[in-house]
Amino acid sequence: MKINIILAGVGGQGILSIAAILDTAALQQNLYVKQSEIHGMSQRGGAVESHVRISDQAIFSDLIPSGKADLIIALEPMELLRYLPFLKQDGWLVTDANPFENIENYPDLKSVLNEIKTHRNHKIINALKSAKDLGNSKVANMVLLGAASSLLPLSDEVILKAIQTLFISKGEHVAELNIEAFLKGKNLSQTNKAL
Amino acid sequence: MKLLVLGNEAIAQGALDAGISGVYAYPGTPSTEITQYIQKSKLAQERAIHTEWSTNEKTATEAALGMSYAGKRVLVCMKHVGLNVASDAFMNMAISGVNGGLVLIIADDPSMHSSQNEQDSRFYGKFALVPILEPSNQQEAYDITRFAFDLSEQYDLPVILRMVTRLSHSRSVIETKEARIENKLSVPDYANNFKLIPAYARDQYIRLVAKQDDLLAASEISNFNQYLEGENHSIGIITTGIAFNYVMENFEDKACPYPILKLSQYPVPKQKIKKLYQSCDTILVLEEGYPIIEERLKDYFDIDTKVKGRLSGTIPRTGELNPNIVAKALGLSDDTTFKVPNIVADRPPELCVGCAHRDLFDSINSLIPEIGDKHVFGDIGCYALGSLPPFNTINTLIDMGASIPMAKGASDAGLFPTIAIIGDSTFTHSGMTGLLDAINENSPITVIISDNSAVAMTGGQDSQALGRLIAICKGLGVPEEHLIVINPLFKNHELNVEIIRKELYYKGISVIIAQRACVRLSKPEKDKRKELVLKRA
Repeated sequence: MKINIILAGVGGQGILSIAAILDTAALQQNLYVKQSEIHGMSQRGGAVESHVRISDQAIFSDLIPSGKADLIIALEPMELLRYLPFLKQDGWLVTDANPFENIENYPDLKSVLNEIKTHRNHKIINALKSAKDLGNSKVANMVLLGAASSLLPLSDEVILKAIQTLFISKGEHVAELNIEAFLKGKNLSQTNKAL
Repeated sequence: MKLLVLGNEAIAQGALDAGISGVYAYPGTPSTEITQYIQKSKLAQERAIHTEWSTNEKTATEAALGMSYAGKRVLVCMKHVGLNVASDAFMNMAISGVNGGLVLIIADDPSMHSSQNEQDSRFYGKFALVPILEPSNQQEAYDITRFAFDLSEQYDLPVILRMVTRLSHSRSVIETKEARIENKLSVPDYANNFKLIPAYARDQYIRLVAKQDDLLAASEISNFNQYLEGENHSIGIITTGIAFNYVMENFEDKACPYPILKLSQYPVPKQKIKKLYQSCDTILVLEEGYPIIEERLKDYFDIDTKVKGRLSGTIPRTGELNPNIVAKALGLSDDTTFKVPNIVADRPPELCVGCAHRDLFDSINSLIPEIGDKHVFGDIGCYALGSLPPFNTINTLIDMGASIPMAKGASDAGLFPTIAIIGDSTFTHSGMTGLLDAINENSPITVIISDNSAVAMTGGQDSQALGRLIAICKGLGVPEEHLIVINPLFKNHELNVEIIRKELYYKGISVIIAQRACVRLSKPEKDKRKELVLKRA
């Protein structure tokens, strides 16, 4: 078993939190993990990505080869498209439906979503709305992780435990909110359409 | 103990467990997390290990040599271009040698993710005639850091441990060993080697050259240099550091059919390379960085075309490696199916909303129509983003501290007015000496220190300039009437434009300190800084 996941978004959207949860959960299940991330200048409002590789055997490359990603999880739909060359033929796309428009030449959103829909295996989720309904737009990343969770080789139990572990230092309430967001995303995904 | 860590953190843990008594560093991507990890480490706190940031990479390296002189083990960390700054100390400590183990972690940035070049630090190791280590994964990063201190103490030499961005910033699980104790304080009995007057320096250089055979012998038998047999000798592969992973990735569940020489310790082991060279039809050299080994093996006149790599065009000459580049070089198929759709737009990094640099650039930009375009010299920091739209304020960005002497040089050539923009931490790192030149000649330049009280680009580390800028400028000799502090806020825009205009047209040196803390600093971080400013005042 090996799964290659690309996480994509804009600096500050919470990609590294998703990565940290995946790492921790994979370790709980005694799996091998490699996870690369970008630090430094590119964090400031620019495109960011993280490669997460989980396997039951030793992993060599820190980078996922192009054409070998099983899944791209994006917090922003155009950022998802940026990493398409990594996707394998029948790979999955999971994205938030909401654009992050901090550039003047952001493309027509409908074209972006249509491009995503040309891939059979996709889930377009209104994670931002769910997060706002829960009272904090910051937890959109956990909604999205929830929506993608059925595609992961990780049990909900270990993921929930990892969320708890990661956020508890920020307070019981923060941990609970993130868990709620994850569960909400899981629910949304079962309906499997943009909400 | 098992730990899930970044490559950088594996190094930090390795150095702690190797028994260091101090780390000296200046922040710089991709090296910063090494020092940060040690600063937060319980062991470092228990042992009262020195962990404060240095003013620049040169002072860091010199302080480290001092600690080594006193017998203790010490780590120095910097990004690749930092070694340019530290190179005077570095080159000469190779001649003097060290007492306590001294290891320099130099983090290279192939593909320039956060840098202005992709220089390969292995050149420096070769230049200085010291051992270089280059781990291929997180576990090896931990193990090789511990080993680096042994190597340093065995040969009394500084050791370079070369990292690259992808390993520095990739996480995996490592298994650690027990931490050993620190060295005792012990000044060397014989210390003439540290007095590099020509008479002693010549002796020391002879000793350094004489060590080269031993260093080569150590590389030949090193466990970090492995010859892995393969049945197909049409290609023999030499990998350095993480390049090994990209080969193995392409053979996932089966063994690599070609023999591989996996190198992580330099000087390059001659016998092992010879064995591969003689038994294979072609040699594919996979190096992350410059074609250093390839150049050495390659025949200059291309009569023997057996060696392939970046020079032969088999691998792109610039940029980092990845599994797909290696697959192509091995003649394997490419599984890439999809392209990036044309509608995808670039999303470059940008200054944060509310950032003080933004207001400063707006003020300067309103003066550009009257002073003329291309009069503004920039420096290294977040404000480098002022060279991009929507600001396009800054016209040059070369190295730490270059803004002030470049503005002065252009002014010497007749350009008037000229502005140098430099951050607070970059100013104390490398800007003060340039300012002194401009003061001594009363050059008609305006230096704007954009002071956000932090080394912001690398995550808001403490700035050595904190609370000291005015005293430094006065002390260097900036006239008080031309040393002005402004607050770059939108509401002060008109006022700030007037102040900058007045100083721009003044035919002598002036310094404007645009002071407002980085918006990314949390309240406790800002409070801590306020306290420190009062303490330093």
